[in-house]
Amino acid sequence: MSVNLTLLTVMGALYACGIYLILERSLTRVLLGLMLLANATNLLILATGGYAGLAPVFSKDTAPAEYNDPLPQALILTSIVISFAVTAFMLGIIYRTWVLARQDEIQDDVEDLRVAETPSYDAEDDAEIPVETSEFPLTMLGSDGRAVSNRPPGDETGSREPHPNDTVQAGSAVLTVEDAAAEEKPGSTNVDPGPEGGGK
Amino acid sequence: MNIASLAPLAVVLPILGAALTFVLIRHSRAQRVVSITLLSLTLLLECVLLASVWNGGTAAVNIGGWLPPWGIVMVVDQFSSLMLVVSSSVSLAVLVYATGQGMADGDQDAPLSVFHPTYLILVAGVSNAFLSGDLFNLYVGFEILLTASYVLMTLGGTGPRIRAGVTYVVVSVVSSVLFLIAIAMIYGATGTINMADLAIKLAELDPGTRTLLHVMLLVAFGIKAAVFPLSFWLPDSYPTAPAPVTAVFAGLLTKVGVYAIVRTETLLFPGDTLNTPLMIAALLTMVVGILGALAQSDIKRLLSFTLVSHIGYMVFGLAMSSVAGLGAAVFYVAHHITIQTSLFLVTGLIERRGGSSSMDRVAGLAKLSPVLGLLFFVPAMNLAGIPPFSGFLGKLGLMQAGVQLGTPLAYALIIGGVLTSLLTLLAVARVWNRAFWRKPSDAEHPDPVLLAAPGDADTGTRHGRKNVILLPRTMVGSTMALVLLGVGLTVFAGPIFKVADQSAEDMLDRTSYIQAVLGDNAPVPAIALPDSEAPGPEAPGSGARESLEPVLSGGSK
Repeated sequence: MSVNLTLLTVMGALYACGIYLILERSLTRVLLGLMLLANATNLLILATGGYAGLAPVFSKDTAPAEYNDPLPQALILTSIVISFAVTAFMLGIIYRTWVLARQDEIQDDVEDLRVAETPSYDAEDDAEIPVETSEFPLTMLGSDGRAVSNRPPGDETGSREPHPNDTVQAGSAVLTVEDAAAEEKPGSTNVDPGPEGGGK
Repeated sequence: MNIASLAPLAVVLPILGAALTFVLIRHSRAQRVVSITLLSLTLLLECVLLASVWNGGTAAVNIGGWLPPWGIVMVVDQFSSLMLVVSSSVSLAVLVYATGQGMADGDQDAPLSVFHPTYLILVAGVSNAFLSGDLFNLYVGFEILLTASYVLMTLGGTGPRIRAGVTYVVVSVVSSVLFLIAIAMIYGATGTINMADLAIKLAELDPGTRTLLHVMLLVAFGIKAAVFPLSFWLPDSYPTAPAPVTAVFAGLLTKVGVYAIVRTETLLFPGDTLNTPLMIAALLTMVVGILGALAQSDIKRLLSFTLVSHIGYMVFGLAMSSVAGLGAAVFYVAHHITIQTSLFLVTGLIERRGGSSSMDRVAGLAKLSPVLGLLFFVPAMNLAGIPPFSGFLGKLGLMQAGVQLGTPLAYALIIGGVLTSLLTLLAVARVWNRAFWRKPSDAEHPDPVLLAAPGDADTGTRHGRKNVILLPRTMVGSTMALVLLGVGLTVFAGPIFKVADQSAEDMLDRTSYIQAVLGDNAPVPAIALPDSEAPGPEAPGSGARESLEPVLSGGSK
């Protein structure tokens, strides 16, 4: 008895074709590649069973070494069933891709492309902070109170011209907007520089 | 009767449930009752199994009365039963979450009638893989769970899901083919596929053949577990699936791969032949994964990358092949299943509440829904390894084991681990800052429901349906249960760590496993532990072999 060379050659050819096919972009070819790989593997399992022998049905007259090894065949049956299920499912998916996109190719991941195109500069994380965040914003001095905002310049959503009758709560007093802004301007009695340089 | 002989029920019960729910496909209420009941029963059974091996020991069940090494055998030990309990608790929580979502949405997004049977088959596959004491049965378990996962991944058949599903299916099938080739080679070389028997027979092979088989198995499992060079499929395919599906995939599927790697490393190929490459792979998995996470703006994708990254910790733990390292890895797997799943579930809630899972579009949730904030914050800090939580304990265990080992590579991994931990914190802090703390008006194209006054919008338009309840109680409740389970892992970390260490000791020793399967007289080959100078199993294989003269080993010598 000798190793079945035909079987091994076929197995090698199936593997080669299968690997070539799964590297294609067309889904049908990928599927064919997977089927070839599965079948090549079945042949490999068959080869591990050793040399061909008698069917493993017990009879008293047969020496143990003459039987064929039944286990690899059981394994092959299982793996055929599994690859059958997977092939059927793949066909379903491929058909669905065709219905949805009218093409039989693997599509690129949209989110991957988006992340790849994102510039390393992120406006929210990396931008210079446009407004003074200290407790005593400098922009307040000399302004009419309009620029006092957390928004970056240019973002005007929600902001509007101050109406003269708008009021601001300042401690216990209620002031109109213009009075409140005037109090923060240089020259106002409210802003005489204290010993440490800041306004009152 | 031995309690462990009930182990096959952990596979049979979910399959029975799948059959029943498939029969009841038109009665969604009955389906829910059946699947939740059967999964709870399974969980209960697995808790009993865990209790029976809590103090150590291994039990084996011969399916159909066929004696090993010929028959299929299921093995219950501390590691497998711990994994079973954690995975079933997680899958139960996700099931409740999914039914809650289905009830709230009217089954539009996820056709629940197919969901229930498929989901239960997935659970059966996971249980089968964890319990299997036979390499081919492990393959069958993998295939069961993978086939179910293909269906779940492409649920609804929308464009993005099909696109992601194709990648996923092709990669999984290729990894399965590799696994099958490895099994065939192993059978050719040793004439057996029973894992306990292999533990003895593989040691007799010549080192070159053994390394080849070892590498083949590791590559096959590495794809499934998403270890670095083989991990690129994961972040592409997971995020598009429905939230509960992504959650259960993230929690379970990669961990089954990790479980298989642990068994390969400890039972089949003990010793330190491939520890160095594994450690390098672990380092790269951690660092590359987390750098990927920082680039993402979609929360689900970000979490998928952290998932990949944290697989690195587990590989690190098992690559040290010391009791401390492996024990910490076991603990880390249990911790990570729970935490990663709860984070994905919370992301599902964020998506419902905020209308998107993109960080750029969601904002101000801390004010709109403080509960959601809490549900995100606890597992997020846990994932990042902030001190009181189990993530910290697991990482601490790994670092201690690394210091014990003391090689330069181990120190490099410790530094990499700490760095990854910090970067994880940065990644989840970005989510927190943007999705929870920002003002809704700062978001790009915010969903109208974000701009409504807090406490004012319990319902909104989702998937083209109006007046959908945004945060149904079942969904929030199941997420909360899972978050609490994560906190429970912290509170009861002492006993769990003890079990993990004990199981690591048993796995490295192998006597308990091999003798449970093959009988008390089975010989246990010596192992080359990294610290011992013993020559170990490298002794040349004896020429005398069984009557089945293998073809492959003959060819490779």
